[in-house]
Amino acid sequence: MKKDATIHSHHISQQFNADLEEVKANMLEMGGMVEKQLTDAIEAIITADSGLAQLVREDDAAINAMEIKIDEECNRILVRRQPAASDLRLVLTIIKTVNDLERIGDESAKVAKLAIELTEQGESSKGYIEIRHIGERVRKMVYTALDAFARYDLDAALQVAREDVSVDVEYSTAMREMITYMIEDPRSITRVLNVIWALRSLERIGDHAKNIAEHVVYLVKGTDVRHIGLSGLEEQVKGDL
Amino acid sequence: MTESNTEYAPANRSKFKKIDMGKIGGHDHSPAAEDLPSCLTVSNLNLYYGNSHALKDVNMTLPRQRVTAFIGPSGCGKSSLLRCFNRMNDLVDGCRIEGSITLDGADIYHRSVDVADLRRRVGMVFQKPNPFPKSIYENVAYGLRIQGINKKRILDESVEKSLQAAALWDEVKDRLHDSALGLSGGQQQRLVIARTVAVEPEVLLLDEPASALDPISTLKIEELINELKDRYTIVIVTHNMQQAARVSDFTAFMYMGKMIEFDTADNIFTNPAEKQTEDYITGRYG
Repeated sequence: MKKDATIHSHHISQQFNADLEEVKANMLEMGGMVEKQLTDAIEAIITADSGLAQLVREDDAAINAMEIKIDEECNRILVRRQPAASDLRLVLTIIKTVNDLERIGDESAKVAKLAIELTEQGESSKGYIEIRHIGERVRKMVYTALDAFARYDLDAALQVAREDVSVDVEYSTAMREMITYMIEDPRSITRVLNVIWALRSLERIGDHAKNIAEHVVYLVKGTDVRHIGLSGLEEQVKGDL
Repeated sequence: MTESNTEYAPANRSKFKKIDMGKIGGHDHSPAAEDLPSCLTVSNLNLYYGNSHALKDVNMTLPRQRVTAFIGPSGCGKSSLLRCFNRMNDLVDGCRIEGSITLDGADIYHRSVDVADLRRRVGMVFQKPNPFPKSIYENVAYGLRIQGINKKRILDESVEKSLQAAALWDEVKDRLHDSALGLSGGQQQRLVIARTVAVEPEVLLLDEPASALDPISTLKIEELINELKDRYTIVIVTHNMQQAARVSDFTAFMYMGKMIEFDTADNIFTNPAEKQTEDYITGRYG
C-alpha cells in the first residue's frame, strides 16, 4: 500500500481531516521551536553569549506548554474519533514524538545553562570544536527526523538512525580528549566537566532524534523498530525503499 | 470479573526470564486463521440473485470458537454471506449458489443435508429482536419442544441454563411466565440469543445484533459474545466498526461482493494490508 504524507486527508468527515492536520502542524511547529532552541544553545556556548543562553532557558517553558497542548489535542482525537489504522498510528506517533521533542528542549536548556557557567568561568576554547561538530550533527539529525515525519520518508528516517551510531562514536572520541585535558591541567577540571555535560546533552539529543526516526518507521510501516539495532532497522526498512 | 492487583513490589529476577523477546515488537503475533482448527470453510463461493452477482469468488476459513466479524458498506454482500452459512438464501427466489461451504468438513449444500437440522446447528440472531408472542419460558423452550422434548424437568433445566448463558437469568427468573414482549429491546435480544443457544448449536450467526439497542444493552450483548465464544463459533455482521474491533478475533472486510481482506482484528484495525480496507475503517472515500 502506498503511504505518503497526504494519507490523512480525504476523510468523509472534514472536521476529522482538520483535527489531524492541526495536531500534525502543531507538532511540526513545536519541532521548529525545539530546533531553534538547540541551534541557539550551541551558538551561545561557542560565542560565549550568556544573553542568548538566558533566552533559551526562559523559552523552554513555551516548549513545555506546547507538549501539554498537543497531548490534549491527541486525547481529544482519541476519545472523539476512535482513530484506526494509519490515523491511529499518526496520533500515537505524535504523542511519542512530542515527548522526545520536549526532552530535546530540556537538554537544549541544559546546554544553555552550561553556556552561562562557561562564560562566567572565563576565556578558553578547549572542547569547543567538539561541541560545534557534534552539535551541528545532532541539529541536522533533529531536522532530518522531523522532515522524515513531515514527508513520510523512510529513507530519511534510516539516515538519522545511521547518523546516531557515528555520533555515538564521535562522542566517545571527544570524551577521551576531554580526559587528556583534565590530566594535563587539573585546574581546568571544573571547566572541562561543564564541556563534558554539554557534550553529553548533545549526545542525548541525538538519541531522541533517533527515537523520532523510529516513530516515523512505525507511522509509515506499522512496524515497531525500537530496540532492534541499526541492522535490524535497515532490514525492516529495506523492502520499502 | 478479574481481580485487579494494585499492590506494588519490586520484581523478582526470574520475571525477566519469562518475557519472550521474540514475541515483542514487529507485527501482530496472534495465530492466523489458517493455523487454528477450522469450523466453516468457504471455497470459490459465488452467489447470484437473478442476474445480480452478489458474492464473487469468496474463499475463507472461519476458525472454531472464535469471533469473526464481517464489515463493509451496505450492499457489499456480508449479510448474504452470513445467510449462506445456514442456507437462509434457499428461501430467496432466483437465488443461485456456486462453490461450496463446509461445516466440520461436510458440505452444507449437499443433497443429503436436512436444512432444519443445519439451522439448529447454525443458529441465527437478527437485527430486530424477534421473540415469539409467548412467555419468556416458552420462547426458550420452543426449539426443544419442536424436537419433541416435553419433559418439564429437562425443559426447566435447559431454560435456566440458556438464560444464564445469555446473561438474562437474573433479570427474568421471577417472571418466566410473563410475556416476552414485555421485555426491553436489549433483554429481548438476549432472550433470542438464549432461544438460539437452547438447542445447542455449533455456530451462532449474528446479523447486526446490537444495532437497534442502546449503548448499555449493546455492551451487554458484546460482553455476552465474549463469553459465548468459549463454546460456539460466532460470526457477526456489524456496521459498527468499533464493535467489530471490540468483539472480533478475526475481521473480514467485504466490498462489492468480494472478500477484500481477512485477517486478525489486530492487523485489520492497526495496519491493514489493503488500501480499500484502510479507507473504509478510517472513514475515507476511496
